[in-house]
Amino acid sequence: MQDRPTYSELLKAVERFLDEEVVPNAEGTRKFHARVAANVLRIVTRELEGEDEQLSAECERLDDLLGASERPASRTALREAIRMRTEELCRRIREGEADAGPYRERVVDHLRTTVREKLRVSDPAWLGRDEAPEGEAAP
Amino acid sequence: MEAGELAPRLEAFLQRAQEARRVQVDGLALLAGGASRQTWAFDAVIAQADGETVRVPLVLRSSPRGGGPGAMPPDLEFRLLSAAYAEGVPVPQPYFLADESLGAPALIVGRVEGETIPRRLLRDEEYAGTRRVMAGQLGAILARIHRIPVDKYGLEALPAPPADASPAETEVNRFEQVYRAIAPEPHPAFELAFRWLRQHLPPGGERALVHGDFRVGNVIFGPEGVRAVLDWELAHVGDPVEDLGWICVRSWRFGNDRLPVGGVGTREELVRSYEQAGGFPVDAERVRFWEVFGNLRWGIICIMQARTYLDGRSTSVELAAIGRRTAETEWELLNLMEQD
Repeated sequence: MQDRPTYSELLKAVERFLDEEVVPNAEGTRKFHARVAANVLRIVTRELEGEDEQLSAECERLDDLLGASERPASRTALREAIRMRTEELCRRIREGEADAGPYRERVVDHLRTTVREKLRVSDPAWLGRDEAPEGEAAP
Repeated sequence: MEAGELAPRLEAFLQRAQEARRVQVDGLALLAGGASRQTWAFDAVIAQADGETVRVPLVLRSSPRGGGPGAMPPDLEFRLLSAAYAEGVPVPQPYFLADESLGAPALIVGRVEGETIPRRLLRDEEYAGTRRVMAGQLGAILARIHRIPVDKYGLEALPAPPADASPAETEVNRFEQVYRAIAPEPHPAFELAFRWLRQHLPPGGERALVHGDFRVGNVIFGPEGVRAVLDWELAHVGDPVEDLGWICVRSWRFGNDRLPVGGVGTREELVRSYEQAGGFPVDAERVRFWEVFGNLRWGIICIMQARTYLDGRSTSVELAAIGRRTAETEWELLNLMEQD
C-alpha cells in the first residue's frame, strides 16, 4: 500500500498541469499534443478505476460462450487468458459459427458489452450519443 | 531540412523552373511537419524576364524518400492533381514536381487559404451557411472526380483491382491481410465484419477513379463552401461508391450523428447531388456495404497508427492514443451489421 497521494490524485495533478498550464501556453502541434496527453491521463484514470471488475466480467462472459475455464489468480495472467479465449472466439467466428442464429445473438451481446466497457474508458461520449449509460453523463 | 537551408535551394529551383531572372522566397514557414512528410508555406516573388514582378502564394509538400510501402510516387500524384485540376475539381493548382535538389521528392502547388478543421465547420457561426451547402457540394465534386478518364491523363499506374476481380472483394482482401499482419490483439467485432462484408459483396458495378480518402477533414473550406480537395495519396481505381461510403464513416461526424455525411448532411442529399452532377447511379445497399467497409478500414488504420508507436517507429502521444479509438469503429460496426 502506497502513501497518499493515490495514483488517481497524482494523475489528476498532471492532468491539471497539462490542461491549465501547458495547453494555454503552447501553439500548434505542441498544443494539440498536450490536449491529447491530458486526455490520455483521463483514459488511464478511468481504466484503473474499473479494471478488476471489467476483466472478471469479461472472463465470465467468455466462459458462457466457450465453456468454463480455470480462472488465473494474477491480473496479468487473467489478461493473457482473456486474450487467448478471445482468439478462440475469433476462430469460431471465422469458421462461421456466429453467422446466424442464437449463437450469433449471444456473441453480439458479449461484444456489445465488451466494446461498451472499452469505450467507457477510452471515449464515453461516443456511447453517450447512442445510449445514456447508467449514472454516466456524456461530457 | 531547416528553413535557412531550404530557402536558397527553393529559390534556385524556382528560378530554373520559371526561367525567371530572379526568384525570392518570402515567409517560408513549416505548416506541418511529421516523420512522414513536411508541408511548407511561402510566397515566391518572381522577377520575370519581361521585367514584371509577381508574387505567387505556394505550398511545398515533401514526401519521405522512397515513400514507404504502397506510397504514391510524387510524379504520379502530380499527374493526378493535374488531371483533377483540368477536369474542374477544386484542388490546389499543381505547379512543379520538385527534383532532388530540395532534399526529398516534393510537389509545389498553389496555396489555398481557408479552414481545414472539421470541428470549426460544425460549430462556428461563421460556417452556418457552409454547413447547409457542404454535403451537396461534396456530392457534386465526387461526381467530377469519378468521371476523370484514367487513360486520358496517363494514370494507369494507379493501384487497380485485377480486370476479372471484384473491386469490393479486392479491398476486403487487402485490408484483411493488413489486419492479420498487424493487430496486436484479437478483435472479434472485426472478424464478424469481415464475414458480413464477404456475405454482402455488391455485384459487378462501375470502375472509376476513386479518391480514397474523401471526407470533410481533407478539404479546405471557406464561408462559401469547399475550396480545395486535398490528400490524393490513396487514390486508386475501384468501385466509385467506395468514396460515398467512406464519407459516411461515423468518426468524421465529430459528434453530430444526426447528419451522417461529415456531420453536415444526409446520405440522401449526398447521393442526390452526386447523381445530379453526373455521378454513377447509386444503390443504397452498395453505399451501406462501403460504409461498413469504411468503418472497418478506419479501425484497421487506427491499429496501424498505434503500431508505429508500439514498434518504436514513432514516439508520438497522438499515435499512441489512437490505438484506443479502434473500439469506436467496433461499436459502429456492431450497430451497422445488426440493422439487417
